[in-house]
Amino acid sequence: MHVPDGFINAPVSAAAGLVAAGAVAAGLRGARRELGEERTAPLAGLVAAFVFAVQMLNFPVAGGTSGHLLGGALAAILVGPWTGMLCIAVVLLMQGVLFADGGLTALGVNVTVMGGVTVLVAYGLFRALVKVLPRTRRSVTAATFAAAFVSVPASAAAFTLVHAVGGTTDVPVGKVLAAMLGVHLLIGLGEAVITTATVGAVLAVRPDLVYGARGLSVPLKLRVGGELVDAAPAPRPAPASAGTRGVWAAGLAVSVLLAGFVSFYASASPDGLERVAADHGLDREVREHAAADSPLADYGVRDVQDARLSGGLAGTIGVGATLALGTGVFWVTRRRRTPTATGTARPRETV
Amino acid sequence: MGAGHAHKLYRHGHSPVHALPAHTKLVAVLGFVVAVVSTPREAMWAFGAYALLLAAVALTARIPAAYLLKRLTVEVPFVAFAFLMPFVVPGETTDLLGVTVSVPGLWDAWNVLAKGTLGVGASVLLAATTELRELLLGLQRLGLPPTLVQIASFMVRYGDVITDEMRRMSVARRSRGFEARGVRHWGVLAKSAGALFIRSYERGERVHLAMVSRGYTGTMPVIDEVTATGAQWRRAAALPLTALAVCLLGWTL
Repeated sequence: MHVPDGFINAPVSAAAGLVAAGAVAAGLRGARRELGEERTAPLAGLVAAFVFAVQMLNFPVAGGTSGHLLGGALAAILVGPWTGMLCIAVVLLMQGVLFADGGLTALGVNVTVMGGVTVLVAYGLFRALVKVLPRTRRSVTAATFAAAFVSVPASAAAFTLVHAVGGTTDVPVGKVLAAMLGVHLLIGLGEAVITTATVGAVLAVRPDLVYGARGLSVPLKLRVGGELVDAAPAPRPAPASAGTRGVWAAGLAVSVLLAGFVSFYASASPDGLERVAADHGLDREVREHAAADSPLADYGVRDVQDARLSGGLAGTIGVGATLALGTGVFWVTRRRRTPTATGTARPRETV
Repeated sequence: MGAGHAHKLYRHGHSPVHALPAHTKLVAVLGFVVAVVSTPREAMWAFGAYALLLAAVALTARIPAAYLLKRLTVEVPFVAFAFLMPFVVPGETTDLLGVTVSVPGLWDAWNVLAKGTLGVGASVLLAATTELRELLLGLQRLGLPPTLVQIASFMVRYGDVITDEMRRMSVARRSRGFEARGVRHWGVLAKSAGALFIRSYERGERVHLAMVSRGYTGTMPVIDEVTATGAQWRRAAALPLTALAVCLLGWTL
């Protein structure tokens, strides 16, 4: 669901707009690299049209309800993170301007949360997992699942953060986070299943089109006289050396462990406000409301166990986001240092 | 698509609002929405004034009220969310009044509903009076990078094609007796989505080759440069400036 006008106050909307502009600029640069200078517009445009169309594809859940794909993780894995982010941003822009879906002042928030965070978290996690896991198609599938699953609650958490900073409503942060994470974990599960199946379908037919599975194709073999021989000494890029892979694996494991455990114990005691509420008997009212109206709202605050769990989960997602961001920064700076062969044409302003 | 790539919200007309250049309208709508969002929620009359402003614009543009109201349904899922607000907004603030429905929650719901509706109304008016191509040129005129505008124009130009392709696949599935009823059928739908991606991407490659063979070098020529006269700017500025006045009054009163 797109954030409408009036949900986030003006200064934070403006700040998010700046972040979104930066993300789009980075996306434009990156997409030129991923697709090639003059292929960018038609290919990215058609991919955006695909994202736009696939969001209308209804996946029935049960009892007449249905959901649809959000497409952030899918776009990132199929066409690459920068192109994916750019396409989502363009889709959001057009939905806002043409279909009045999502407020104009909230466009920055929408692009940042749904385009930037979703795509970067999904692709960062995907890349890290693919590096760590053995180089098979199955690990691409597993990485896709994990990336799509985590990206949705991560984006929900990012929205909660924006809401905490500049929300116009008085719903407390913990409650927003619990409700958003609860709902979006379910949505993320659906997103993960659909994304995995879709990527799998593309992998089965045109594996060369899947950006995330580049370098996965096995060298061509010929059956000569009953035995397999290599068709040609395939000029393959050297696989990631054991050293870097070890570093990736260790880093991933340590950060996930840290995040999971530290926040698990950090959130073991109820926070100050809840404690105060409990002490003064203020929470009688709350419990009534929560039990009466939103089963999901009291998901994370009913007892400590759940709070721990959701805290740990949030921590893990946070680390995923940080890792993705770090990877992105590292990647960009590394790219900067190596001189690019193709001239980097900056977007010319022809006003 | 015989209608010259008109999008579904556009309503053809020859009113003064239709005649304004797209970028002036974009700036006007953005200014209006910013004013609405910055208005304090306690100034209820201000939102009535904003609604009257929008109604005046709709009258000038000769957009029937029914048309406008029907398009406002984009908002519906969000309205449901807003109605939850009085129940979700917490106890630590309800203890001030001790009622079953929290008052800050009611304020929140009102705030979000009023501002959201006005925002959607303004966007619908913009989309209803501006043609797609004009809108894209207007965005470019306002400083959006040309590549981004190109991508957006490809998206809207082929959006219908891709959506139709998806619909044809759906017809093909149904004519073979397939009906998606639950989670068990997701595999088939996902395969369709995968096929749709391959078709879209390959179409993109074909479009690119066709363009290259016609001399495309990465930039699109702008043939009709849109410019706005001072009078047009002044006319477009009437909406945001009035809104700004209302907003300032809302803060001071």
